[in-house]
Amino acid sequence: MNKLSVNHLLGIKDLLKDDIELIFNTADNFKEIINRPIKKVPSLRDITICNLFFENSTRTKLSFELAEKRLSADIINFSSSSSSVSKGETLIDTVNNILSMKVDMLVMRHPNAGAAAFLSRNVNATIINAGDGAHEHPTQALLDAYSIKEKLGTLKDKNILIVGDILHSRVALSNIFCLQKLGANIKVCGPPTLLPKYIRSLQVETETDLNKALQWCDVAMMLRIQLERQQIKYFPSLREYSMLYGLTLQKVNKLNKEILIMHPGPINRGVEITSDVADSKHSIILNQVENGVAIRMAVLYLLAGKTKPTATL
Amino acid sequence: MKERVILNSKELEFTLQRLCYELVENHGNFSNTAILGLQPRGIFVAQRIHTYLSKITGNKKIEIGKLDITFHRDDFRRRENVLIPTPTEIDFILEGKKVILIDDVLYTGRTIRAGLDAMLAFGRPSLVELLVLIDRRFSRHLPIQANYVGKKVDTIESERVLVQWKETDKKDQILLYSQK
Repeated sequence: MNKLSVNHLLGIKDLLKDDIELIFNTADNFKEIINRPIKKVPSLRDITICNLFFENSTRTKLSFELAEKRLSADIINFSSSSSSVSKGETLIDTVNNILSMKVDMLVMRHPNAGAAAFLSRNVNATIINAGDGAHEHPTQALLDAYSIKEKLGTLKDKNILIVGDILHSRVALSNIFCLQKLGANIKVCGPPTLLPKYIRSLQVETETDLNKALQWCDVAMMLRIQLERQQIKYFPSLREYSMLYGLTLQKVNKLNKEILIMHPGPINRGVEITSDVADSKHSIILNQVENGVAIRMAVLYLLAGKTKPTATL
Repeated sequence: MKERVILNSKELEFTLQRLCYELVENHGNFSNTAILGLQPRGIFVAQRIHTYLSKITGNKKIEIGKLDITFHRDDFRRRENVLIPTPTEIDFILEGKKVILIDDVLYTGRTIRAGLDAMLAFGRPSLVELLVLIDRRFSRHLPIQANYVGKKVDTIESERVLVQWKETDKKDQILLYSQK
């Protein structure tokens, strides 16, 4: 396989297993490149990319920006708080105005699920979803799966546990699609109110006892409680949540095996994970961040490769 | 498709050995010279050259690397399929060293242009030379020539030169394919 089956990266659901493997193989090369003294290649020098962030972001935004710069693309950044969106401009109008300035690709984060798919149907540019509401966050899932593969060699038949606010998590949904396509078994764990009712229809098992779930898994992916998306109270208090579902060194040490511990960030230390676990030898949180740049370079490169330069149109 | 052998196994061996002696004439025991094979097929030539050079010079520490040029090519977004990269493996710095770039076939010269560009990410060499097994004359798109040539052949655009290796194709030989 030498090209992606899709023209936009809207979600992992649309990708084939071959697409994911192609992205991983390409990311291997970029990982080598970003560890060189000169970390830049000229592939995207005739491409302009706009990073549209309608929601706050640190890691994803910086990681995309760095990936774009390492590929020599020209970039412009947009954040909704300092833009005319607050004056009432629609999404399509905002984007079409940006595209009039000859932008080829858009990386978008938006609070509404489906925003990236909607945009891909209505504007003429390559769209990369950097998170749409509680729907998908495809590059995060790709870098998570890539990081696990790097440590364990394969995803096939590995037991991956996702703990926390599954209901509001786009990272959880994208990871479920991605890891299942690569042959892993998935279990989610959290208070029953934060486990979506239909999660079992995705062939995902549920567990409410964290200690039991940890004993089952090879990898534990801890998620943040997304208080900003919660309109009602899903559990009595953060303290109680932390006691039952927070990962502590004591819980990890009780296991009779080694597990990998991951977190997509931002971490609320002391809530879903304690500092001693987040900074322990089991944790691959910073590897995830490093791999994020390589994965995003691979996605940008492979999608840009499917477009044609203006001079040859 | 007609197939003709340009160099058979024995001839290929002689040619490689002759190229190595030419290299030794200019680079002595290779103490300050590194060899870089261009991916994907130049690496096989580089490995053979490296083996012979180690024997001839007695230097067992001649530096050898593999260079991928995918991200430096000038036809990105101009092909039906996306260009898929191969690994780069260079675990030494090129700064101040003499470098021999090695590829199997020199045709339009575009690969070498990309290779020169890609190589600079590892430092500024004091000198760069080019070694190729086959030089397809009169078909260059860029002003690029090789310093060391195995064999020069005159070909037309529709013809194809293929270098085969024991390691991957069961036999060492160089073939020319033509339409009729």
